[in-house]
Amino acid sequence: MPTMILKRLLMAIPSLIGVVIVTFLLTRALPGDPAAYFAGPAATPQAIQEVRVKLGLDKPLIVQFGRYVSDLAHGNLGTSLTTGQPVATELKNRLPASAELTLLGLLVSILIAVPLGIFAATKPNSIIDHACRVISTAGVSLPVFFTGLILVYVFYYLLGWAPAPLGRLDVFFVAPPQVTGFYLIDSLIARDGETFLASLKQLVLPALTLGIFSLAPIARMTRASMLSVLSSDFVRTARASGLSGFTVLITYAFRNAVLPVITTLGMVFSFLLGANVLVEKVFAWPGIGSYAVEALLASDFAPVQGFVLTMAVMYVALNLLIDVLYGVIDPRVRLEA
Amino acid sequence: MTDLAAPLPRDSALVAFLRQTRYVIGENPVTGFAFALFLLIVLAVVLGPHIAPYDPLASDTAQALKPPSAHHWFGTDQLGRDLFSRVIVATRLDFFIAVASVALVFLMGGFAGIAAGFYGGWTDRIVGRIADTIMAFPLFVLAMGIVATLGNTVQNIVIATAIVNFPLYARIARAEANVRRDAGFVEAARLFGNADWRILIFQILPNVFPILVVQMSLTMGYAILNAAGLSFIGLGVRPPTPEWGIMVAEGASFMVSGEWWNAFFPGAALMVAVFCFNLLGDGLRDIVDPRRRT
Repeated sequence: MPTMILKRLLMAIPSLIGVVIVTFLLTRALPGDPAAYFAGPAATPQAIQEVRVKLGLDKPLIVQFGRYVSDLAHGNLGTSLTTGQPVATELKNRLPASAELTLLGLLVSILIAVPLGIFAATKPNSIIDHACRVISTAGVSLPVFFTGLILVYVFYYLLGWAPAPLGRLDVFFVAPPQVTGFYLIDSLIARDGETFLASLKQLVLPALTLGIFSLAPIARMTRASMLSVLSSDFVRTARASGLSGFTVLITYAFRNAVLPVITTLGMVFSFLLGANVLVEKVFAWPGIGSYAVEALLASDFAPVQGFVLTMAVMYVALNLLIDVLYGVIDPRVRLEA
Repeated sequence: MTDLAAPLPRDSALVAFLRQTRYVIGENPVTGFAFALFLLIVLAVVLGPHIAPYDPLASDTAQALKPPSAHHWFGTDQLGRDLFSRVIVATRLDFFIAVASVALVFLMGGFAGIAAGFYGGWTDRIVGRIADTIMAFPLFVLAMGIVATLGNTVQNIVIATAIVNFPLYARIARAEANVRRDAGFVEAARLFGNADWRILIFQILPNVFPILVVQMSLTMGYAILNAAGLSFIGLGVRPPTPEWGIMVAEGASFMVSGEWWNAFFPGAALMVAVFCFNLLGDGLRDIVDPRRRT
């Protein structure tokens, strides 16, 4: 097992190098002269030249790249022009909000999609099977920001069940003392039931929006993989031995069907992390996505680049985690490695 | 082999095309439905500004934020502009962005993939490495980064959407070309003294083409979603221009005060278009490549 994890870690290195090169190119391909841009609109030619020397933009590209990498190694992602704050600090402060939302979205998605896929596979061409197909096709066709707005209209405006879509916590509540940065967990640690409920209420709609968007690949893969496992010999043997339907379905079939489902999680995370940006905008969620969008509209590039880099590194790490999980679940993968 | 069979009577190209189309539609009623929707979208693209009842940019503040009625089928927005006209006129721009980006990625990814599969070696390694690097990013986030860097224009949205889809096309084209690199007809063409580029274009490409076309129709839906998502967060298309994503963004703030039609109709148009392309792509794939049917 440790050798397998080590091998996967080594395999992630080329991806990380690629990510760093691309984000570096993104910083250098700024329209116009980056020095003139960073010096501000009213800068004199001398000032621009000073900025150029200060940022090292007069050096050859390879030297600039070395400097960029060493900055990254020191956790320096530049400074936001609009807020004057270091980008790394702001991303770090806002990351828990995004992570809490994304993980809950994934949880919602799995809780809906996996049972749906299992039921659809046990009764092919039944109503549930058709429902599974329609829901998963509709799920990928619905623009995620549109789903969010519809949910807001129905559950906030019409029914009044959900709170206003304005961030992580209603203004009357105080954020729980920070331990993990996840309000749900922190409020539980602080034994503050009211805050827990309040933040859960704020989370339900955005998490549901993300869940609906990403359930299609999970449901489809669960169905397909369950179908093939259910027609295999060992399931027939288990049935013939008189095991209960539930045992056969969950202990025998699902455990074997879960591997391809885990593989699709990589794609699901690509969906989720992207959709997260849009959902954060709809629900005024103070995460890293809305930070990047605000910066984008103000032509403030350092936060956007920091955001792209952070997302990519997280995505590489998540894929790594999925691979390791794969080895934990399936001993055959471990033997091959 | 006693005698060669008389050549089958060949239909004219038009008859053959119509027969093929009827077969495609008759095979699966859902595909037929999607095809009808597609024709409707094409109609809106071609005739858009001519069939819209109002000027999509003309504001009439006396009529601002009116719900759907007989005069304004989809209601009016905060400036009193007719939403029905705006949704119809916007079809052309959204469709253009999707078609342009899909055509661009077809050229880039298709040719890079064919070359990688045909030559192997370093070409294959370089193309594979580029595809892997793009795949290391969450796709929408990379598209955001590209548009932010290249500049906030519609053209760059097209480029970003194309780049993000590159790995998909390159991989499919590579796999298909790789299978055929040593095929008999390729050997024959080489013996006839054809240069590599002629073999690539006249022997390999026509064989890979149908599968890439299916991929194009499958990615059209994603391309529309991606572009609309980018304009929803304020990239690319500028405000008075009618475009579905930006119209949803403009209507978003009215959702909490109950003026649902502002964001609903452009969003629904977006959804119908994407749904249509996804169904159409699935149907086409079933016909061209039945093994991948799910």
